[in-house]
Amino acid sequence: MQHGKYRFIVGFLAVPLGLYALFVIWPFIQSIYYSFTDWTGLSPEFEMVGFANYERMFDDDIFWKSLQHSLLFALVLPLVTIGLALFFAFMINVGGKRRRGGPVISGVRGSSFYKIVYFFPQVLSIAIVALLFAFAYNPDSGSINSLLRGIGLDSVQPLWLGDPGLALWCVMAVLVWSTVGFFVVLFSAGMASIPADLYEAALLDGAGRASTFFRITLPLLWDTVQSGWVYMGILALGAESFAVVQIMTTGPGGPDYSTTVMVLYVYQKAFRDGQAAYATTIGVALLVVTLAFAALVMRLGRRERLEY
Amino acid sequence: MKTTDSTPSDMVPQQSGGPVRKENASGAQKREKKEGTVLNVFSHGMLVLWAFMVVMPLLWAVMTSFKDDNAIFSSPWALPDKLHFDNWARAWTDANMSDYFLNTILVVGGSLVGTLVLGSMAAYVLARFEFPGNGFIYYLFIGGMSFPIMLALVPLFYVVNNMGLLNTIHGLILVYIAYSLPFTVFFLTAFFRTLPTSVAEAAFVDGASHSRTFLQIMLPMAKPGLISVGIFNFLGQWNQYMLPTVLNTDPDKRVLTQGLVQLAASQGYKGDWSGLFAGLVMAMIPVLAAYIIFQRQVVTGLTAGALK
Repeated sequence: MQHGKYRFIVGFLAVPLGLYALFVIWPFIQSIYYSFTDWTGLSPEFEMVGFANYERMFDDDIFWKSLQHSLLFALVLPLVTIGLALFFAFMINVGGKRRRGGPVISGVRGSSFYKIVYFFPQVLSIAIVALLFAFAYNPDSGSINSLLRGIGLDSVQPLWLGDPGLALWCVMAVLVWSTVGFFVVLFSAGMASIPADLYEAALLDGAGRASTFFRITLPLLWDTVQSGWVYMGILALGAESFAVVQIMTTGPGGPDYSTTVMVLYVYQKAFRDGQAAYATTIGVALLVVTLAFAALVMRLGRRERLEY
Repeated sequence: MKTTDSTPSDMVPQQSGGPVRKENASGAQKREKKEGTVLNVFSHGMLVLWAFMVVMPLLWAVMTSFKDDNAIFSSPWALPDKLHFDNWARAWTDANMSDYFLNTILVVGGSLVGTLVLGSMAAYVLARFEFPGNGFIYYLFIGGMSFPIMLALVPLFYVVNNMGLLNTIHGLILVYIAYSLPFTVFFLTAFFRTLPTSVAEAAFVDGASHSRTFLQIMLPMAKPGLISVGIFNFLGQWNQYMLPTVLNTDPDKRVLTQGLVQLAASQGYKGDWSGLFAGLVMAMIPVLAAYIIFQRQVVTGLTAGALK
C-alpha cells in the first residue's frame, strides 16, 4: 500500500485542511493575538497594549454580569434539561405498567409517538423558535398573558421579557423547551441498549421504579449523560444562547443588561461598538470558561466505566 | 450505537395476553397497587403535558398565520374568522420570503455537498493511513467542536472581507464548510475505521489506485455514515443563525433565519404581523415535513455523534 501513498495523503488533505486552517484555526490564533492590541476593527492600524484590555475587562461591570449569566446558563440549563429528559426517557422506555405475559420492562403506551413529537423543536432553527416565543411572551397581546387572563388570572400579568428579574429565566425556558426532545431521544437510544435481564434481576429483588432508575438505568447511562452535559453546556455558552438573547430580548441584552451573555457581548463590542480588540478579550474569557466547564464536568463525572 | 427507537415497547402487544392467575389480594398489595396507579397517572400526565407544550406553540403559529393583524393582537387564542391565505402570498412576495428561500437553498446546497466531499476525503485519510502528524491533524479538527465560534468570528469577518468574500453566497458556503468540518471529520473518521480493510486491500492488489479505491469501494460502503452526517449538517446549516448574522449583512443575500429576524425587527413600523407569521410557518414546514418523512435517519444522524 506504499505506492504513491504520500502523494495521495497530501492530495486528499490539502483542501479540507487548508480551508479549515484559513477560516477556523487562523482566526482563533489571531483573536488571541488581537486581545493584546487596541485594534478597533474599523481601521487596519493597531498597537500592542499588553494586558490593558484584560485590566479593563476585570473592571467592566457588564462583563461580570454577562459572565454570571453565562455561568448560570451553563449550570442551570443542562441540569433542568437533562433532568427532565431523563425522567421522560425513563417513562417512555421503562416506566410502563408491568403486564403479565409481556416483557419485563416496557415503556408507557404511545412511547414512539412521544419520541417523535418531543423531537420537533430540535429540527427547527433556534432563530425561529426565539421569534415565536418572543410573541408568546408579549405582555399585552402575547399568548401566555392572554391565556392567564382567559383563566381568570387578570392580576397575574408579568412583563416577562421586559422584567429584569424574569427575562433571563424566560430565555432559558425557551432553550429548555427546544432541547429536551433531543436528550429524550438520545437517552432512549442508550436505555434501549441496557440488557433486559438486569431489570429482571432488579424486579426479582423487589426494586421499585425509583430504585431501578437510580441503581440500574442511571449508572449504565452515565457516559451518555456526561457527554450530553458537556454538549449542552457548550451550546448554552455559545451559539444557542446568542440566538435567543439577541432575538428575544430588548436591546439586545435585556432591560438593565439582565440577559446579556458573554457571546452576545463579544458580538456587540466587535460589530456594534467598533472595539474589536476588546471583543476578542471577552472572547478569550469565554474560551477559558468553556474549556474549564468541559474539563470540570469530565473530571467530576469520572467514575469507573461499567461494562455490560 | 445505532438503535434509535426500537424500544421493547414497540413490540409489546397492548393487551396482556398471559395467563391470568388468581391472587389473594392482601391489604398491603392493594395499597402498593394504588400507589403505583397514582404514580402512573402522574408520570403519564407529565408526558402528555410536555407533548402538549411542544405542539401547542407550533399549532398556535400555524393558526395565527391565517388571521388578520387585528385578530392577532385582540384575541391571540381565537380561531381565525376566515383563512387569510393572502398573508402567505404577501409573505412570499412582498416580504421577500422567496428570495430568502432561494439564498438558503443555494448556501445549504453548496455547503452540504462541499462538507461531505471534503469531510469524507479528510476523514478517509485520517482513518486509514498512518503518517507523521496524523494524530495532530485529527485533534486539530476535533478541537474545533468545543471552541466558542464567536471568538473566531471577530477576526474571521476581516479575513473574509479582505478576500472579497464578505456578503457573497460562495463566501458563506466556504465558511459553512469550514465550520462543519470538525464534526463531519470526527464522525466519518470513526465510521471509516469500522469498515473492513480486506475489500480495499483486494482492490488495491488488483491495481486500483488510492483515489479509485476511495471512490469506488470505500465511499459506497460508507453510505450510511454519509447519510447520517449529511442530515446532521443539513439541519445545522439550514438553521444556522450566528454565522450569517455576522458574515452576511447584505439585505439581498439574507438567508431564511436572518430574513425572518429582520422581518420581525422591521415590523415595528411596517406592522404586517400576519405576514410575518405566515413567513415563520413557511420556514418551519420544510424541515418538519422532512423530519416526519425521514424520522429514523434524522434521529440517528443527530444523536449518533453524542453517543460515540
